[in-house]
Amino acid sequence: MRYSALALLRHALTGNRSWTPAWRDPAPKPAYDTIIVGGGGHGLATAHYLAKLHGITDVAVLEKGYLGSGNVGRNTTIIRSNYLLPGNTPFYEHSMKLWEGLEQDINYNAMVSQRGVLNLCHSDSQRDAYARRGNAMRLAGVDAELLDAAQVRAMVPGLNMDSVRFPVKGGLLQRRGGTVRHDAVAWGYARAADSRGVDLLQNTEVTGIRVQSGRVVGVETTRGFIGAKRVGLAVAGNTSRVAAMAGLRLPIESHVLQAFVSEAVKPMIDTVVTYGAGHLYVSQSDKGGLVFGGDIDGYNSYAQRGNLPVVHDVMECAVQLFPAMSRLRYLRQWGGIMDMSMDGSPIIDRTPIEGLFLNCGWCYGGFKATPASGWCFAHTIATGQPHALNAAFRLDRFATGAVIDEKGAGAQANLH
Amino acid sequence: MRIPCPLCGERDAAEFSTIGSAPPPRPAADAPTEAWHEYLHLRENPAGMHAELWQHIHGCRQWLRVMRDTRTHAVASAEACRP
Ligand SMILES: Cc1cc2nc3c(=O)[nH]c(=O)nc-3n(C[C@H](O)[C@H](O)[C@H](O)COP(=O)(O)OP(=O)(O)OC[C@H]3O[C@@H](n4cnc5c(N)ncnc54)[C@H](O)[C@@H]3O)c2cc1C
Ligand SMILES: [Zn+2]
Repeated sequence: MRYSALALLRHALTGNRSWTPAWRDPAPKPAYDTIIVGGGGHGLATAHYLAKLHGITDVAVLEKGYLGSGNVGRNTTIIRSNYLLPGNTPFYEHSMKLWEGLEQDINYNAMVSQRGVLNLCHSDSQRDAYARRGNAMRLAGVDAELLDAAQVRAMVPGLNMDSVRFPVKGGLLQRRGGTVRHDAVAWGYARAADSRGVDLLQNTEVTGIRVQSGRVVGVETTRGFIGAKRVGLAVAGNTSRVAAMAGLRLPIESHVLQAFVSEAVKPMIDTVVTYGAGHLYVSQSDKGGLVFGGDIDGYNSYAQRGNLPVVHDVMECAVQLFPAMSRLRYLRQWGGIMDMSMDGSPIIDRTPIEGLFLNCGWCYGGFKATPASGWCFAHTIATGQPHALNAAFRLDRFATGAVIDEKGAGAQANLH
Repeated sequence: MRIPCPLCGERDAAEFSTIGSAPPPRPAADAPTEAWHEYLHLRENPAGMHAELWQHIHGCRQWLRVMRDTRTHAVASAEACRP
């Protein structure tokens, strides 16, 4: 069923009685050409692009819970392509371009909102660093503008511009950045993949990966063995556990990141603002709640919930930056498990096991990457070779030293 | 989350900082690259009991080897150590 304004009207006039489910709930087949493990944004996008661009439709997506129960439905919905390093910039810009055409491509309203992402700077050296980043972006064909304090003041009323300790000196603005309704991304890709024949198998947990003479032949699941010629892993925070089923040991740690939503208020912030003197990013949802977050908690975790020190820290940053936020109550808070890599950059690659492919290491920035990650992973699985856009995201780069370390923090996962 | 410091007693996690997994023994300076790669980059990353290093930075500054369940955050033990 195609969604359109006309369809909306027709269903409205007939009492909304004939809408059909957005996707099927099929029984698992004994075998598929390709299995994608993980029904998050990346797994579902991969299935969509495999079917649409590579004609591979004998595909199943295996999800242990319900579609979108992982990080794709837990993030703070920010998209941007303001990266510095050559391995990253073209990939994230490709993702931005796919976001710009996504809703037409999948016939789904994902509420892609290019409201801008503004990174504030608070010192001369920070401004120099942003000027450098902005120039690198523009050289790579990405939009970037360096704003001075007066421009920031005009753009974001309510900011604590003149704090004695951390005055706002300006900011780096990417106007094409913004937010996207995260659940809709999962649902939209799911529906698009399903309509091309992909089986979406929910409540199907992978419990083992069967390998015969160095080649993957299928996966054990809570609903029995399912055969496959190719298996792609896109399980985010659970990557180490699932990869261990195939005997792989990875440069990944699982960490918890929290997010917060305030009570709804009238329009207050019409862009995405990040604080440069602490770790805070904040935007306002269409319902009026301020959506914000900060650092990971910093210790290994699979618990999908965090602790109070980080809650405290994030609230402190929020009130420093927007003093008016001290009057708000916060409504909800939750956590998701991040696949933190040792250089802060992702992995989209083959593995030493024939037919087994790996997509992981997204740290806390993988939502913006969803379209390009699925696009590149589909290419890698379909052709057996990485695309130029993900050629730098190799699994062996840690052993060879070709790491992509945007922060320059070294091999300590909780600093990325 | 609270950590039982053997010197200061049970204290709030906010007083501590962690550098992550208690590492395996450091390879010899002339060990092959592969050994250094494993030591620096590869992680067990268990869902369950995890040995890790914490420092009581806002307390006695002692380094601790902590056993903690990564599924529940429950701390089973904390012993003084040299990192
Ligand atoms: C609080 C928070 C805020 C964030 N904010 C942003 C942001 O503003 N911008 C941004 O770009 N990124 C952000 N991120 C990061 C982003 O959400 C993730 O990097 C990205 O969603 C990960 O990819 P995914 O969508 O495929 O993961 P997920 O949605 O987690 O998908 C993985 C799926 O695999 C399933 N799975 C795991 N094990 C198995 C198994 N054995 N068998 C079957 N299925 C399995 C899980 O149930 C899960 O559904 C944030 C993350 C969090 C938690
Ligand atoms: Zn102590």
